Formats: sequence, C-alpha cells, structure tokens
Amino acid sequence: MAEGSVQHTALSLLDHLPVLVVLIPFLAAPLVVLIGRNWLAWPLAFMAALGSFIVSVMLLAKVRGGEVLSYHMGGWAPPLGIEYRIDTANAFVLLIVSAIAVVILPYARASVRVELPDRHVPLFYALFLLAFTGLLGVAATGDAFNLFVFLEISSLSTYVLIALGGYRDKRALTAAFNYLIMGTIGATFFIIGIGFLYMATGTLNMADLAARIAELPDNRTIHAGFAFIVVGIGLKVAIYPLHLWLPNAYTYAPSAISAFIAATATKVAVYVLMRFLFSVFQPDFGFVAETLQYIVMPFALLGMFAASFIAIFQNDFKKMLAYSSIAQIGYMLLGISLMSETGLTAAIVHLFNHAITKATLFMVVGAYVLRSGGSFYRSLEGMGKTMPWTSAAAIVGGLSLIGVPGTAGFISKWVLVQAALEQDMWWIALLVVASSLLAVIYVWRGVEVVFMKQPADDVDRRPAPLMMIIPIWIMAGACVYFGLATDVTLGAARDAAQGLMAGPGPLLLGGH
Amino acid sequence: MRHHLILRVVTKLLVGMIMLFALYVQFHGDYSPGGGFQAGVIMAVAFILYGLVFSVGQVQQVLPVWLVHKLVALGVLIYAGTGVYSMLTGYAFLDYAALSPHHPSHGQHWGILLVEAGVGITVTAVMVAIHYAFVGRAPLISDEEW
Repeated sequence: MAEGSVQHTALSLLDHLPVLVVLIPFLAAPLVVLIGRNWLAWPLAFMAALGSFIVSVMLLAKVRGGEVLSYHMGGWAPPLGIEYRIDTANAFVLLIVSAIAVVILPYARASVRVELPDRHVPLFYALFLLAFTGLLGVAATGDAFNLFVFLEISSLSTYVLIALGGYRDKRALTAAFNYLIMGTIGATFFIIGIGFLYMATGTLNMADLAARIAELPDNRTIHAGFAFIVVGIGLKVAIYPLHLWLPNAYTYAPSAISAFIAATATKVAVYVLMRFLFSVFQPDFGFVAETLQYIVMPFALLGMFAASFIAIFQNDFKKMLAYSSIAQIGYMLLGISLMSETGLTAAIVHLFNHAITKATLFMVVGAYVLRSGGSFYRSLEGMGKTMPWTSAAAIVGGLSLIGVPGTAGFISKWVLVQAALEQDMWWIALLVVASSLLAVIYVWRGVEVVFMKQPADDVDRRPAPLMMIIPIWIMAGACVYFGLATDVTLGAARDAAQGLMAGPGPLLLGGH
Repeated sequence: MRHHLILRVVTKLLVGMIMLFALYVQFHGDYSPGGGFQAGVIMAVAFILYGLVFSVGQVQQVLPVWLVHKLVALGVLIYAGTGVYSMLTGYAFLDYAALSPHHPSHGQHWGILLVEAGVGITVTAVMVAIHYAFVGRAPLISDEEW
C-alpha cells in the first residue's frame, strides 16, 4: 500500500549507542538460559559485559563535550515515549558499572566453580547479566518510571544472587530475605513518590517533570512525593540509619557477587539520588536544600563515624568491609549535601574511586575464602604468607580505603576536604580526616590478622588461581593509577557535576 | 484426587476452553482489554489446574521443567528480538514501523502482536515455574497420613 508511505531517515549504529549499552547484556541473559550449556555461559556473559563496556567508553567520549544524547524508545518522542538520556553523569556511572563487570567476570569464573553447584552456573550468569542490565538501565534512562523498572530488575536478581551464597553459608538466605523486604519497601516508597509526582504533573519524563515541578513550588503532593522518593532511594543507598540490610547481604553473598554489588549497586543508587535532587528537583525548590542540610548531612557524618566504629569491632573480614562501605557512602552523601560543584565532584569521583577500591578488597577476600572456606579473621590468620600476591593487593586496597596519597581514595577525600573548606566548613574537613583515622584502625586489624599471624598447620597453602589474581591486580593497579593520573576521573566527575548543577536541560524532541 | 470423578471430568473439559480463552485474550489484546500478561496467566491456569487435579508428574509430562525454563527465556528473546529487528532495519529500538516501512500503522499492529506473544510465553512459563517450584517441594506429611 503506497498511499501511507512515510519518509524515514535510517539510524546508524552510532545513534543506537544509548540503548545498546543496556540491550547487549539484556539480550545475553535469556540467551544464556536458552542455550543452557555451562561452558558457553561464561563466554557469553563476558562478551556482553565487554560489549557494554566498549559502548559506554564511546558514550563517555561523545558526551564529555557537554552534548546530551537522547534516544527515543520505539520512535515515540518524550514526554510521551520513554527516553534514554545520556549526559556526562550517566555516562560516567555507565562506565563504572560496566568496567567493574568486565573485571569481575573472569574472577567470578574461578570462584563460581567452587562456590556453586554445576547446574546453577548458567542461571548464575543469567542473573548476573540481569542485575548488570538493571544497573545500566537505571543509569541510562531519562524516564522516572522506567528507572523504577530497572531498579527492580537489578534488585530482584541481586536478591537471588545473594541467596545463592546459601551453598557456602546458610545465613545468606536470611540475609537475602532481609534485603528483599527492605529493598522492596524502598522500591515501594520510591514508586509512591513517583506516583505523587505523576498525580501533580501528569508526566514521567525527568526533564519534563523538572520543568513542571518548577512551576508548582508550593504543591503539597509534590512535597510528599519528594519525601517518599528520598526515603525510598535512601534505603537502596543504605544511608546510615537505613543500612541494616547491607552488612549481611554483602557478607554472605558469593564472593564475586559481594565484589560486584559492593562496587556498583549502592553507587547507582547514589547516582539516582543525585539525579532526583539536582535534575528533577532543584536545590532551590521547596525544602530540597533543607533536606540536604539538616537530614542528609548529619546522617552522612553519623554514618562516617558510627559505621567505621562498628567496622573496627568486627571479626569477619567481609563484614568489616561491608560496614566500611556504609561509612564510605557517608562521604558521597556529604559531598552531595554541600550543594556545590566541588562537593558534587567529590561525590561523583568517590563513586568511581570507592568502586575500584571495594572491588579490589572484596575480590581479595573472595580469594581467601576459596582457600580457607570462611572470611572470619580466625580462619584468615597468616594468609599473607600463603597467598602473598593476593595479600599485597589487599594492602593497596586498604591504603586506598584509608585515603593515603598516591591512591585513588586520597583523590576523592582531597576534593571533599576542598569542597568543605570552600564553604568555610573547616569542622567538616576535620571530621573527614578524623573518620579516615578510624579507617586506619579497621584496615590495620585486617592487616594484622593476615600478615602478623602464623598460618594454621592444616590450612590449604596453595596461592589463589591466576584467573583471580589477574583481576585483583587490575583493580589494585587501577587504585594506584587513578590516584596518580586524575585527568580522566576527576575531569569527567567535574563535567558531570557541572551538568547536574546546571539543572535539567530542555526536552529533546529532535533526538533519535 | 483419584476419587473426585466430577473434578476430573470437569477439568478435562475445562482445560481446552481455558487455553482457547487465553488465546482469545492474547490475540484480541490490541483491540480490547487483555494482552500478553493476562493471557499468559490464563494459559498458566490451564496447566496449574491440570497439575492440581491430576498430578505434578502428569502435567510435567506435558510441560517438562526444562522446557518451562527455556520458554521463560524464549519469550524475553522474542520481545527483545523484535526491537533488534527494528534496529537492524534502521529504526529506533522497538519502533514497530520497521515491520512494515510503507505502512507504519500496519507495522504497529504486527509489532504489538509479536511483543505480546513474547510477553505471553514468558508469563505462562514463569507462572508455571512458580507453581512447579511450590508443588515440587516434598510435603512434610504425606497425603495418606492425614
């Protein structure tokens, strides 16, 4: 029928990048299940992660100049259609998540073989890919409801992945259940918030939401929606008093999953918080500034200290790292709550630096667990002697966690202190330094156990397999490299912070 | 359920009709209330009812566990595959106009039909898989001991 013939300019592969980054792992996940062969599952998963990584590198290169990419799902223009909107902040988060996945997958292969029964291997990789897809989707989308859907995709698959740790330690099941309940409450609050916003504005597209919210400064519905969204995302971020699901989930998950979710899941949630606080709502709207100043900042400071104190008194290496994660999330929230460009830069660069640091450390513990069967300090005594390479990486990661100059962790704390001093909040700068001293104590406890004790006689003295040591050292190397060469990370973080501070852009109807 | 003659006969009669109704909801989804999700649930009901009245073993002869797992993945692939096809032909992801470039509104019909088929297959398989997971657990007390 020629009468309905419609002009159409064909899109090239480059136009599809914003959706490809999410689509590649999403297609790979059902393929892994459909093929169902153990030996094919890992190569497929790895290829998918690599594909996403390459696409996200291209995306970041493309948007660094300040360009904003908009992709229209199904050809429906926003605000009606779902939009994928990539600016520097998104692209940077996409890069973090996909880079971590690429490094952790080779590591996962060795540890999964030991920790899980054979019949679950393809399902494990399918779930990993789904969790990965969800995290990428949350970062890529410009639609508030689509964000919720991806958040649930990643959360639901993460619950199952954590429960798979039950083969090593049954407590993984209660940890996963706990996370399921808390995570679902968080997601529910978030979706109630989105519902309120939709009720008041009639739109779900973030840029459109921002424009309409600015017109309704005194609307009670929007205020309630804001409160629900902050609390809901707060649960996913594990802001200090809402963190209860995190320690056990990180501790009892399979080693590779601990490393992956510790490095990515909370980071993506922090990104969502930033997106809503700065792009959808603006700091000058209603009580956003007050929320940041009187709620987020005190809790961030409280978390930095309380969680660090708890970490000091742990006797399980993984749990110590988990509590330290809660403390580190405090630094990111502190950066956000300063509401300045430097503060946001500190938060964003810490997303990256903390991701590589925690990935290193959790992978190291995973290698220990492979040989000792547990992560209690008691069973890790003398590991420095039996696994010297792995333990050396633990030192690098530990130094980066403390924030010693020359490591990635130093950069983020330096920028954070700068941001605090910029606003003459010297006491905050002091508190950041003081809480770093607490990190010295808990890292030292780990080092003492690993290096200063003699290994037990009946311990498995083989070093970690090479397939684990290489990813561990890639990450440890990154901790040092990004502590010295800060152009890429700090530059991208600054661009991202500028993009966020500039508020939302206009609706991009002419995109693809 | 061996002695419940009425249940067994009625189930045999109903299963076919339930499936037919599921297909009706499936294919009429773009004109009337319904679609892949509802149809998938109704289709799964046919299998679950059969399994409840006869036995898990018998329903698993019709729809074995491995097949259910594959179907879960297949449906998602059909959905995503539709989108990939439109990408390969130079349209945005899931732009159904790609299926009939000269008459985009026909393409929309084809596209929604394909995507809903994917949804239907996955939902059926997921519901049946959940049912299998629950009834597959060994009972703490066997039926005869009640």
